[in-house]
Amino acid sequence: MTESTPSHAPALGAAAEAAATRVVDSVDNAIATPEREQPYAALGLKEDEYLRIREILGRRPTSGELAMYSVMWSEHCSYKSSKIYLRQFGQKVSPAMKKNLMVGMGENAGVVDVGEGWAVTFKIESHNHPSYIEPFQGAATGVGGIVRDIISMGARPVAVMDALRFGAIDDPDTARVVHGVVNGISFYGNCLGLPNIGGETWFDPVYQANPLVNALAVGVLRHEDLHLANARGVGNKVVLFGARTGGDGIGGASILASDTFAEGGPTKRPAVQVGDPFAEKVLIECCLELFQQGLVEGIQDLGAAGISCATSELASNGDGGMEISLDEVLLRDPSLTAEEILMSESQERMMAIVSPDKLEGFLAVTAKWDVETSVLGEVTDTGRLVIHWRGEKIVDVEPRTVAVDGPVYERPVAYPAWIDALNADTASVLPRPSSGSSLREQTLQLLGSPNLADKRWVTNRYDKYVLGNTALSYPDDGGMVRVDEESGLGFAVATDANGRYCQLDPYEGARLALAEAYRNVAVTGATPVAVSDCLNFGSPENPEVMWQFSRAVEGLSDGCLELEIPVTGGNVSFYNQTGDVPIHPTPVVAVLGTIDDVARRVPSGWQDEGENIYLLGTTSLELDGSAWADVVHSHLGGRPPAVSLPREQALAGLLAAGAHEGLISSAHDLADGGLAIALAEAVLRFGLGARVWLGELLERDGIDNATALFSESTGRVLVTVPREDDVRFRGLCEGRGYPVLRIGVTDATAGLDVQDVFTVPVDELREVHRAPLAAAFGPVVGA
Amino acid sequence: MRIGVVTFPGSLDDRDAQRAVRIAGAEPVALWHADHDLQGVDAIVLPGGFSYGDYLRAGAIAARSPIMNEVVDAANKGLPVLGICNGFQILVEAHLLPGGLVRNDHGDFICRDQYLKVENTDTVWTNGFSEGQEIVIPLKNGEGGYIADDETVDRLEGEGRVVFRYSGVNPNGSVRDIAGIANERGNVVGLMPHPEHAVEPGFGPDMTDAMRSGTDGLTFFTSAVRALAVSA
Repeated sequence: MTESTPSHAPALGAAAEAAATRVVDSVDNAIATPEREQPYAALGLKEDEYLRIREILGRRPTSGELAMYSVMWSEHCSYKSSKIYLRQFGQKVSPAMKKNLMVGMGENAGVVDVGEGWAVTFKIESHNHPSYIEPFQGAATGVGGIVRDIISMGARPVAVMDALRFGAIDDPDTARVVHGVVNGISFYGNCLGLPNIGGETWFDPVYQANPLVNALAVGVLRHEDLHLANARGVGNKVVLFGARTGGDGIGGASILASDTFAEGGPTKRPAVQVGDPFAEKVLIECCLELFQQGLVEGIQDLGAAGISCATSELASNGDGGMEISLDEVLLRDPSLTAEEILMSESQERMMAIVSPDKLEGFLAVTAKWDVETSVLGEVTDTGRLVIHWRGEKIVDVEPRTVAVDGPVYERPVAYPAWIDALNADTASVLPRPSSGSSLREQTLQLLGSPNLADKRWVTNRYDKYVLGNTALSYPDDGGMVRVDEESGLGFAVATDANGRYCQLDPYEGARLALAEAYRNVAVTGATPVAVSDCLNFGSPENPEVMWQFSRAVEGLSDGCLELEIPVTGGNVSFYNQTGDVPIHPTPVVAVLGTIDDVARRVPSGWQDEGENIYLLGTTSLELDGSAWADVVHSHLGGRPPAVSLPREQALAGLLAAGAHEGLISSAHDLADGGLAIALAEAVLRFGLGARVWLGELLERDGIDNATALFSESTGRVLVTVPREDDVRFRGLCEGRGYPVLRIGVTDATAGLDVQDVFTVPVDELREVHRAPLAAAFGPVVGA
Repeated sequence: MRIGVVTFPGSLDDRDAQRAVRIAGAEPVALWHADHDLQGVDAIVLPGGFSYGDYLRAGAIAARSPIMNEVVDAANKGLPVLGICNGFQILVEAHLLPGGLVRNDHGDFICRDQYLKVENTDTVWTNGFSEGQEIVIPLKNGEGGYIADDETVDRLEGEGRVVFRYSGVNPNGSVRDIAGIANERGNVVGLMPHPEHAVEPGFGPDMTDAMRSGTDGLTFFTSAVRALAVSA
C-alpha cells in the first residue's frame, strides 16, 4: 500500500513538535508530561481517536507513537470507513470458492492454486492522488508498490497491467497528466523487466482533477515457495534492506492538506515518493534468491506508513513482540527525526525476519546484489512493539492496536436524492438513426471517440515482450502469460469498470464490471478463477458516496458468490473528487483465469478469410449509460443493461470448450459501443474485413438496426469459426443451449460491409480509430 | 556448444537470451558481471535491459564491470559476441563497436514489431540469413538512436559492417537507418532490436500469416551454433 489519502496529514506536525522541544519524546517523558498539547488534528486524527490512543496506552502517546497511530489509523491504511462492508467478501463464500484459494484477503496479495504445483498471486491497487500531483513519479511508484506486494508472497513478478482514467481528452491539463502517468508506468515497468499485458484508458470530465491510476501486478510461484509476512520465532532478527530511508513520501499524498501547516515550519519535503526501478529490480532478484536459499522466515514490503506499517504488521501477524532500534536505519539524510524515519515512504525497501543462524547467509546474498542491509532488532516474546532511538525508548505499544484494531466507522449512508430522476431519464427515447448513412456516421463517431479509440499511443510505450511468455496483450481483450514452459500452463487477466453504469446503479454497475472482466478472460480461452478489486469512490464523509460504496460492494460480493470466484484482495481509494463533485463510482474489477495450454489462446480479431462470424447471446434495447448515448447525445441516464451471471457462466463454459477443442479462431467481447465497435475492432485487429448481415438478428430479437449496432446488452461475444468446424461449433452451442446466430463471413476485400446498411474500408476505420489520441497527445511512431 | 549470457545488475532479457540459446540447440551458461571468468564458453551474448538503471549513460557502467575485461580480450581474439539493445550500448561503451546510442528522436520509449533488412550475412550471427532478407524482430528501447560521425558511417558502409537497417519505419532516428553493426573482424555484432524475442511460435512478433508467429530471431542463434560447429 503506497497511497495515502487527504484524510490524514503528514508527520511533519510531530517532527515539528520534536524539533521545537529539542528533546527526544521518550515514553518516560510522555509519562512525565501528561498535559502536553499534541498536534493530533494536524496529523489527521479526530479528538475521539486521540483520546482512544491515550486510553489504550494509559498515558499520552509519545510523538513517535502519535505519528505511527495517525498514519496507521488513516483511511488508507486502516480501511476504517470501508471495513464493515468489505467483510462481505469474506462472508459470501461457497466451498467451491475456497477450493483453489491458498491465501485470501488480508495478506499482501491473494494466492490461487493454478495446478501442476504452480500458484499465481495478483493484486490491483490505486495510486490516484500522487498521480495527479506528480503524474510521472506517482504512477511509477504505484507500479513499484504493487510489485513489492507480489514479491513479499515469495513469488516472481511476471506481468503488470494498469487501469487508467483521465479527465476530458481536450482539457488543457489532461495532456500533462496523461504524459506523466503513461511515461511513469513505462519507465518503471520497462526498467523492472515486466511485460505490460493490457489494461484500460478512459477519459471523462469526472476524473479531471482526480485521475485514477490503478496498477495491477501478477506473480507466479511454486506451492512450496509460498511465504507469509509475519514475525515469528523469539530471537529472530528484524532486518531492513534495499534503498536507504530518506525524507521523501512522508505523509504520502497529504501534500493536499499541507496548507494547514504554519509558515516558518520545517521545510516541506516532497510528499510524493520518488521511484528507482533499478533498485527495485535488484531487490526482486535479491528477494527471490533469499527465498530460494531458505534464508528468510518472511519478507514484508515497505509502502504507505513505511517502518511504522512494516513493524506493526509483522509483529501483529506474529506470535510475540518486536524490539528495534531506529539508530540502525541507514539514512539518506542524517537530519531526519525519529518520527520522520517512522513515517518515511521511501521506495524500494523491504523488511525481513531472519533466523540468527541464517543471518550470515542472508548478508552474503544482499552483498552479492549490492543491496544495503541493516539489522534493526529482533522478535521478542513480550507482546509489545518497542522502538528505541538515541538511547531512549520512544515507542512501546501493543502492535495490534496500531495495525489491526484501528477505529471502525459506520458512516452515515443516504440514498442519493438525484438518483430516481436520473434513472427515469432513459436513453431509449433519444432519436435513433435508421438510414445507412447516419448509422455509418455514428459508427465512425463512436470508433473515433476517445474511450473507444485505439490506445496504441499508450501501449506502444510498454514492453510486452520481456520474459518471453506473453501469449496475449493489448489490443486483445485480456492479457495472457505462460507460467510453465513445458506444459504451456498459463493465466489470463482483464480489468474492467464502467463508471457511467455505476453512476446509474452502483449495485448493478459493480456486477457489470465483474461480468465484463469475467467475459474478457473467457474470450481468451481461459477459465476465470479469482478476483481482485480496486474500489475508487468519492469522500466517505458524503453519505451519498457511502451509499454508492455500500451498494457496489454488495453487488460485487453477490456477483462473486453467484459466479463462485473469490475476491483475493484489493484496495479502497476514497476521496476521489474534482472540487466538491465525487467521481463516478469506479470499482475496477480484475479477473484472473487459467488455461491448460496457452497455445490454445484465442485472439480478439479474425486472421483468416472465409470464416463464419457468429454472434453469441441476444440483443435488446439497452442504450442507457451506453457509449452511443454519451458520444452521440452527451446523455447519461436510465438504468444500466441487465446482467445475468449464470448466463455469463454458461457463455464462459462454452468459450472454454470451444477453445479447448480448437473450434474458435477468434472471440471478442461486446461491450462499450456494442456490436458496431466489436465488429470494427475485430476487423482492425489484423486488418481483415468482413461481410455482415443483420436481418436475422433484427427479426429474432425484434430490434432495429441502431439497437443491433449500438446496444450494450451483456452476455454477447463475437466469434469466428473455420468452415470445417462449423457443424461441431453449432452443436456445441445447441448442446449448451446458448443463443447463436451466424451474422457474417470474413472477407479480405470487403472492408467492414454491413450489408444493406453501410460499408467502411479498413483504412478509413483505422484512420478514424487512431486519430483521437494522436491528435491530443502527439503522433505514434510508425502509425 | 556453450554460449554464455552475462547478467549485470539490471539486466532484463538475460533469461530470454538463455532460452533462445537453448532453443537453437546450444547450452546456455549464466555469467556474472562481477566475475573474471568466462567459463570457457564458445560465444557470448550481452543481453538487453537497463544495467545499472542506465545511470550516467546507457551501458556506461556495465562496460566497466569486472567481466568486461575478459569479454573485451576474448572479443579482440575473435570470440563471437552478440550485444542486444542494452548489450549493444555496452559494446559501444566498451569501444568494441564504434559510434553511440542516444535518446530516440521522438523522445519516448517504443515497443513495436520492427522490419529489418539484413545487409551482411558473413558474420557468425547472421550467416543463416540471405543478403537483403527482410526480417521481423521486436524492438523496445528508449535510447536506440544510433549516431556516429559521417566518416565513421561511411567507413562502416564501405566495409560492409552495417549488418541491419530499419526497413519501412526508422523507429528512433538512427543515422542512415542503421539498426545493427559489426566490428572489423565480424565476430562482434550489436543491434537494438531483440532477436531473442522472435524464437518461439506463439511468443514472437505478429506476422502476416499468423499472430505472434515470428521466429526470425532464432536464425541469429542457429547461425552461431552452425558457425561454431564448423570452426570446432
